[in-house]
Amino acid sequence: MLVINDALACPAGRSAAEDRPLPQWQGVAAFAPPPIGTAYGTLLNHRDALAALGDAVNAAPYKAPPKAPVLYIKPQPCLAGHGAAVEVPADAEALEVGAHLGIVIGREACRVAEAEALAHVAGYTICSDLSVPHPSYYRPSLRYKARDGFLPLGPWILAARHVPNPDALEVVVQIDGKEAQRYTTAGMQRSVARLIAEVTAFMTLAPGDLLMLGAGPAAPRARAGQTVQISIAPIGTLQHRLVAEGRA
Amino acid sequence: MKHARIAWAGAIHHAVADGDGLRLADGTHLAEDEVVWLPPVQPGTIIALGINYADHKKELAKELTLTAKDEPLAFLKGPNALVGHRGRTRRPADAAFMHYECELAVVIGKAAKRVKRADALQHVAGYTIANDYAVRDYLENWYRPNLRVKNRDAATALGPWLVDAADVPDPHALALRTLVNGEQRQHGNTRDLIDDVPALIEYLSSFMTLQPGDIILTGTPEGVSNVVPGDEVVCEIEGLGRLVNTIVTEGS
Repeated sequence: MLVINDALACPAGRSAAEDRPLPQWQGVAAFAPPPIGTAYGTLLNHRDALAALGDAVNAAPYKAPPKAPVLYIKPQPCLAGHGAAVEVPADAEALEVGAHLGIVIGREACRVAEAEALAHVAGYTICSDLSVPHPSYYRPSLRYKARDGFLPLGPWILAARHVPNPDALEVVVQIDGKEAQRYTTAGMQRSVARLIAEVTAFMTLAPGDLLMLGAGPAAPRARAGQTVQISIAPIGTLQHRLVAEGRA
Repeated sequence: MKHARIAWAGAIHHAVADGDGLRLADGTHLAEDEVVWLPPVQPGTIIALGINYADHKKELAKELTLTAKDEPLAFLKGPNALVGHRGRTRRPADAAFMHYECELAVVIGKAAKRVKRADALQHVAGYTIANDYAVRDYLENWYRPNLRVKNRDAATALGPWLVDAADVPDPHALALRTLVNGEQRQHGNTRDLIDDVPALIEYLSSFMTLQPGDIILTGTPEGVSNVVPGDEVVCEIEGLGRLVNTIVTEGS
């Protein structure tokens, strides 16, 4: 069981995460990623992201819109902290920035009913789910999404008690200080509780596991040399840089 | 040496193969059916390969939209999926087609980043057997194979042993087969892997760091077939042992 009282974070250079009231973290410049287990992402949960595909959802290779939540896994070497420099591979012009609300599980969640789901959440964080842009959702290669450093998250995990309604949070992405995306979690096809219920119908989420709710529509792109900032009040702001391969 | 992780008498132990049974660190000898077998490795990242045997590729040809294959078809699994030797795997009540997949599983022993083929096997701790079940009814064409097909709780059996790499001189000359209730339904040989173990390590480590405890399931040959509650499914790989699993109904 993972219990968070205020905000769980691991300042860079320290080996263990600490749970402190949020104001005490202000002014810390860099963090290691907060401790999480398996990181699961959700594709196309935002209604407008799915709608943007139009009739393509009915054409080959998809042949039908997704029925169950479309999930993927980001392996541990993807994890990076607030302030990290993430390498853009030499053959990619830019990376797609999937700005997600991150749901961190507190109590083991197996076949959880929607009405009980939020009781299994320890807290929330901010995720910058990076990918090499790829044209197809059919069977994308792992090398687009599973590269080292491709999941900056944090700066901390804010206790769920400080986030009364996770389905009405505004997500703002800035690239080099300029607004690149703004959406709210109210636009999701599956709410936080609904997603937990549908996912745990077939797989158990363990304490510390991360479930990303879904990126907003028209995910922005950023290039090497640029700084990405994702803000979700009341959680805070996650910031990281992109650098050319070999320059981290 | 063959290593196991087991639960016995209220504690978790490391054990080694000893005659027909196992031996604990304190010398206690136990029979195979006296212990609860856990997956032999506490898993890091679990990577699985789709369509890595030429014959299986042909078997699936009708539903594949692929023509030319340019890189391995790899996907990831969570630790929830694993279950040990002599474990049970649930078949959903509404499923019409659930099948086993006998696979050589490679366990990483030393971190690997941008490793070349010639050096790849130095990063292997050992090998085990995986039975990576799929419930085909839930296949959707979004991020295939979707997790509802391939990442169900306790639907990837692993074990019984982690066999030291030193005891597997050639991982590409191992006969493998699956028996259902004693009848052979699947057989192949790891010499027919399209991407062999060094190729997979070179490929994966080119973009992600492989870490000790990471597991690569190398894919399955042709011969998959439906299994139903009550079936005993045994996956065997030459030199690695036999991995037993029983299909049960949901809720049992």
